[in-house]
Amino acid sequence: MASIIWLILWILIIVSLVGLPLIFIILFYLPLPPVNGEVLTPYLFLSMMVDPTRTLPILHFIIHTDLFKVAVFPGFSFAALLAAVTIFVERKFLAKMQLRIGPLYCGKIEGILQLLADGLKLIAKEIIIPSGADKPIFWAAPIAFVATAAAVVALIPVAPGWVAADVNVGIIAVFAILGFFPLIALLFSWASNSKYPFIGGLRALHQMIAFEIPFFLSALSVVILSGSLNLTDIAKAQHPYWYIFFLPISAFVFFISSLAELERIPFDLPEAESEIVAGWLTETSGMIFGLIQLGSYVKVYALSALFVVLFLGGWAGPQIFPKELAHGPTAGLMGLLTLQGVYNGVTVNAIFWFTVKTLGIIMLMLLPRGISPRIRIDILLHTGWYKLIVLTFINMFIALALIYGGILGPGGLLTAH
Amino acid sequence: MEKNLEHQIDESEKLGMQIVKESEDDRLMTLSVGPQHPGSGHFRFTIKVDGDYVVHCDPDPGYVHRGEEKMCEYRNFIQNIPHLERPVIHDSANITYSYSLAVEELVGIQVPRRGQFIRAIASELDRQIYTLYWLAIYGIFLGHSTMFMWPTGDRELFIDLMDALSGARVTHAFNIPGGVRNDIPDGFKDKCLRHISYFEKRLKEYEDIFYTNPLFIQRTEGVGILTKEDAIGLGVTGSVLRASGVPYDIRKAEPYDVYNEIDFKVQYMKSGDSLARAYVPLLDMKESCHIMRQLLDKMPESGEVRAKLQPTPKGPPGEAYRRVESGRGALGYYIVSDGSPKPYRVKISVGSFRNMIALPHLLVGSKLADMPSVYWSLNYWPVEADR
Repeated sequence: MASIIWLILWILIIVSLVGLPLIFIILFYLPLPPVNGEVLTPYLFLSMMVDPTRTLPILHFIIHTDLFKVAVFPGFSFAALLAAVTIFVERKFLAKMQLRIGPLYCGKIEGILQLLADGLKLIAKEIIIPSGADKPIFWAAPIAFVATAAAVVALIPVAPGWVAADVNVGIIAVFAILGFFPLIALLFSWASNSKYPFIGGLRALHQMIAFEIPFFLSALSVVILSGSLNLTDIAKAQHPYWYIFFLPISAFVFFISSLAELERIPFDLPEAESEIVAGWLTETSGMIFGLIQLGSYVKVYALSALFVVLFLGGWAGPQIFPKELAHGPTAGLMGLLTLQGVYNGVTVNAIFWFTVKTLGIIMLMLLPRGISPRIRIDILLHTGWYKLIVLTFINMFIALALIYGGILGPGGLLTAH
Repeated sequence: MEKNLEHQIDESEKLGMQIVKESEDDRLMTLSVGPQHPGSGHFRFTIKVDGDYVVHCDPDPGYVHRGEEKMCEYRNFIQNIPHLERPVIHDSANITYSYSLAVEELVGIQVPRRGQFIRAIASELDRQIYTLYWLAIYGIFLGHSTMFMWPTGDRELFIDLMDALSGARVTHAFNIPGGVRNDIPDGFKDKCLRHISYFEKRLKEYEDIFYTNPLFIQRTEGVGILTKEDAIGLGVTGSVLRASGVPYDIRKAEPYDVYNEIDFKVQYMKSGDSLARAYVPLLDMKESCHIMRQLLDKMPESGEVRAKLQPTPKGPPGEAYRRVESGRGALGYYIVSDGSPKPYRVKISVGSFRNMIALPHLLVGSKLADMPSVYWSLNYWPVEADR
């Protein structure tokens, strides 16, 4: 008991003598936003500690900065969080499918902290670089992989106005960035100075070339219908009817191509374990492997989100959250908890529906891993070059017929006015 | 090194393989598959690939050689049983079965009828355990992880039965010269029938998820075709031989113990490709369930299970060769005795090694991606082949 009192005493002394002066010094040099018309001073900040609702304007300010958009919400942290959920769900879901239990012990509740344990293990492991490897590229490739995956995420609109980079040629930018992945795989495999990674890298390149064209073409019919390359506009253009009803074949081709792009079973040829050890990942170890895994799961989120934006109407869905918060206690802690002043019913609803749809598509992407063997490279190339391209053309003609028949497009029968 | 290579090329020419000229060697990549490769097992083979095509294959077994045959010469006939089942622990009832048959012939023992039935049941159970394990690995070799988990889980059905029968999950040392080690426990028959009927339902699910999967059929149909003539010429056995259109099964061809009283069909297919070699074990498993039902039905209710033996049994000088149908084909023992309690020489003829001989024959000319589907369809167990 006495030790706890001493502990509290020491904490108080350290906070008041070191912590508070430090906060004051930092706040003195930071350009702080004006709050409620008054300039935020260190004194005002202290008053916020007494009345937390006064921090709401600061929150409002922070969540509209570009840094927040890129780093936290529609950007990387959100994607990484969903990626972590994906890894956990994949493990438990596959385990249930295969009459197993899956992670169980770590974190007490159904092994929910297993991912954390795996991450710590990967960080603690030694990174082994093969002799004769091209070290700069060997180090740079995993970081480039994650960065490229994050760049795709930055282009995805999650809710109206909630996109890190709202470019007018959004869909072209997405495909341009996706084109970097096989390049990174090939560079990394070449840099690792080993035979199996080299075969894996070449396979990744083959696979990308075979599936990139149906990938583009399936998105092209969406562009024909919406008349825009901007992803936000595409999502808005699907207001009454989602494009999956008009373009089911394109959606199917897009789904298959994204599986191939993600190197997931049945298209995991570049990492085919029984043939070429681990493909282009053979020489990875420790956190290099961890970064590439993180990047590939962020990619899973990015492509599922792209599917939702292109075919499932983006954030569209019935309004289930209240538009305005009910009148209640606006002061005190309740105000902070309900985020009065920051809360926007439409945005929250949009984010909710977008996340639900994306998780649904991610579940569909996980499913083939349990039910399908690996495809062979010649069948893969045949599928990509012959079958999928023809299918996308069929749906492109359907899209053109819809436009010229006056059903969709400007002034069409089913267009929202 | 040079000499070694020339020797290898000579050997390859004898097997009828395509030989690569040295001037073309630049465009070839030599890959060493194994023993640490995830798709090889305790086995290594060197392949040369031209683009995606395998142009040369050179198997190099022997990584798990244990000298089982030599070890037999220092132990008496009974002491030999526990170490002889080590090469293939999943199928240990079968690998000791033919040893027991040969020793019984040498020593001159008549096995009681109930013992004959029980050891036939044990060998059928172990054949299922082995084939399920083989199927699991075939699944993961083709990238189908569910097909790895399901048979590995369903193996427990038969492992439980063997556990009840012998007290050990694997390496039972159950089939011994003179019969079986102990009698079956109470309620074994009902439990066995229950597990068999559940397993037959599961086999249908295997077909649904794996065998009728279009991607599986695309990957294995027409791949690594072994014609009937080649199969007979190369001397392959077991499911590989039956997949090439030869309905040959030791249980039918030279019935041992009680197999002549059992009514069953020899399952075979004619195409001789990887698909047929993957299908025949499944048909065998179905047939094995059928055989087990009959064995349980016809087994005498009571009686001796083991013939009385001397502590160190010995027979007159002589030799014996007996074989049984194991999970991988004909498994024979050739034992020479000089009249002492220890065998003078033991030679094990295993199906794995004979099937492996077909590997270079099938792999040359196929694609690199076909390597796992061809290699593992040969029903090859590296540890057994090295003995």
